[in-house]
Amino acid sequence: MEQILEFKNNFLGKVLVANKKVGFKEVGFLFCLPSLVLISIFLILPAFMALYYSFTDFYLLRPNEISFVGLKNYILVFKDATFWKAFFNTLYFSLTVVPLQCTLAFLLALLVKKSVKGIGIFRMAYFSPVVTSMTVIAILWIFLYNPNYGLINVLFEKIGLPKLLFLKSSKQAMPSIIFMSAWQAAGYQMMIFLAGLQSIPDYLYEAAQIDGAKKFQQFIHITIPSMYNVIVFVIMITTVQAFKLFTQPYIMTQGGPEDSTKTLVYYIYQEGFQFRNVGYSSTIAIIFFLLVVMISISLKKLLKQD
Amino acid sequence: MKTNKKFKTIWFYIFNTLISLIFIAPLIWMVASSFKEETKIFEHLNSYKALLPLNFTLDNYKMVFQRIPMTKYIFNSVFYVSLISFFGAIVNSICGYGLAKLKFKGSSFILIIIIALTIVPFESIMLPLYLIVNKMKLINSMYALIIPFIGNCFSIYMFRQFFLDFPDALLEAAYIDGADKFTTFLKVVVPNSIPVFTTVFILDFVSHWGDFLWPILVTTNDNIKNVQLGIQSFFTMAPVYYGQIMAALVVTTLPMILIFLFFQKYYIKGIASTGLKG
Repeated sequence: MEQILEFKNNFLGKVLVANKKVGFKEVGFLFCLPSLVLISIFLILPAFMALYYSFTDFYLLRPNEISFVGLKNYILVFKDATFWKAFFNTLYFSLTVVPLQCTLAFLLALLVKKSVKGIGIFRMAYFSPVVTSMTVIAILWIFLYNPNYGLINVLFEKIGLPKLLFLKSSKQAMPSIIFMSAWQAAGYQMMIFLAGLQSIPDYLYEAAQIDGAKKFQQFIHITIPSMYNVIVFVIMITTVQAFKLFTQPYIMTQGGPEDSTKTLVYYIYQEGFQFRNVGYSSTIAIIFFLLVVMISISLKKLLKQD
Repeated sequence: MKTNKKFKTIWFYIFNTLISLIFIAPLIWMVASSFKEETKIFEHLNSYKALLPLNFTLDNYKMVFQRIPMTKYIFNSVFYVSLISFFGAIVNSICGYGLAKLKFKGSSFILIIIIALTIVPFESIMLPLYLIVNKMKLINSMYALIIPFIGNCFSIYMFRQFFLDFPDALLEAAYIDGADKFTTFLKVVVPNSIPVFTTVFILDFVSHWGDFLWPILVTTNDNIKNVQLGIQSFFTMAPVYYGQIMAALVVTTLPMILIFLFFQKYYIKGIASTGLKG
């Protein structure tokens, strides 16, 4: 009897210990499981599918006749004038909107840094276009940009500036979208910069003041170095965001006039969903992905590690 | 000296007022025009009257709700965006907690994968994603708008960073009292982490409220269209009336303003923390 009890205790003890071990190992994984399943199905799987399709001639209306074509699509892309147009439009947008928007956001942050009475109202004013969705902003600005009776041309006429064609001209369409986009999103970056500015300890400025540094010198030697990582980070997220330009041209110009606002994402959308060339569209999507990764990695390299 | 300072303060306010006008004038014009008769909108265009709601009328708003199922669009948006954010908060928080506090074999590998995946732009996977959702027979259903976006690598990372700092002593006290891992999470961790839950929820909500590209792809049926698609189709619908379109834009923005007013602190904190962590 005693032996049996001893065995039972021993056995149970072992099971319990085993259970605890297994349990401990598995519980953590079980916690992650739901997210991992969802991410695998809706992120990892489609990423590999895009890579696979980019090497095929998959056409949506012939889903059962997929054949492997090797690098054919990639070679086609490099000879495709529309692709290059979309690529340079995307580059043009990013290289212009990022410095414009980030500088604007930084200046705004400096402007609302001081905590004085009523400063919250100004902060909200600069932030208010962010709260408004891009669809709303794009539709609203179609009216503001109307060449004949748009608010902006009416204003231009009043102060003696020449009327502009804005979205109707292939030269002015992209700058119009750039200006609007910077206006819409600057408040977002302003908030990040503001948080950065507020986290610079006061004693740094006080010490500089004692050393006789002028306001401008303080800015160069304290504000900028303290904000370095925040600035790089903001440039990074703004650039990646800029590369994804789609809603504005879709609503405002349909990529026109003369493809002047057709972007990479717009081209992925058009090839894939309008022309149903899944294979070719996937090739552009993979190139787009590689560009985004390259930008993120090269900007991340600039971040200083503490 | 004192007057100099006063002078500076006055200039500070004047300057800020002028610059902020550039940012809000288009929005004020939108709101003001939504309350005007069509002819008045054009008449007022070349004076300050453009920015004032003169000749007040609510007809534009009435017409918007008559011409398109605006209530339905708003309900759809609020419904699916809330569900993404709600289930996202649950699923991603337990994952973040698992990675932060319940280290298991391979957990650091999973963490690296999740961080790497935050780079993958949605735009480069949307076509295969469409094909998957299509295979699941979910096109033109709410599920297509919700399910693919519940699992979110960035949210997992935010939760994980927050839970890393959660005091271990509190967890151990719960284990000694006999609570298992999940009960501990539910009864001890969650109640003490409300701010991070609210922040992630709001960030998710705001980013999905503006969804445009994915809804174009998966919804053609008016019954499940979101509000962004709704106003876009209204904008292209003849006859075009400025006043009505402006009213539709205002109505679309209202829910966001409400969310913003109630959760301002969390939203701003969310934006700021994403930048400072970089």
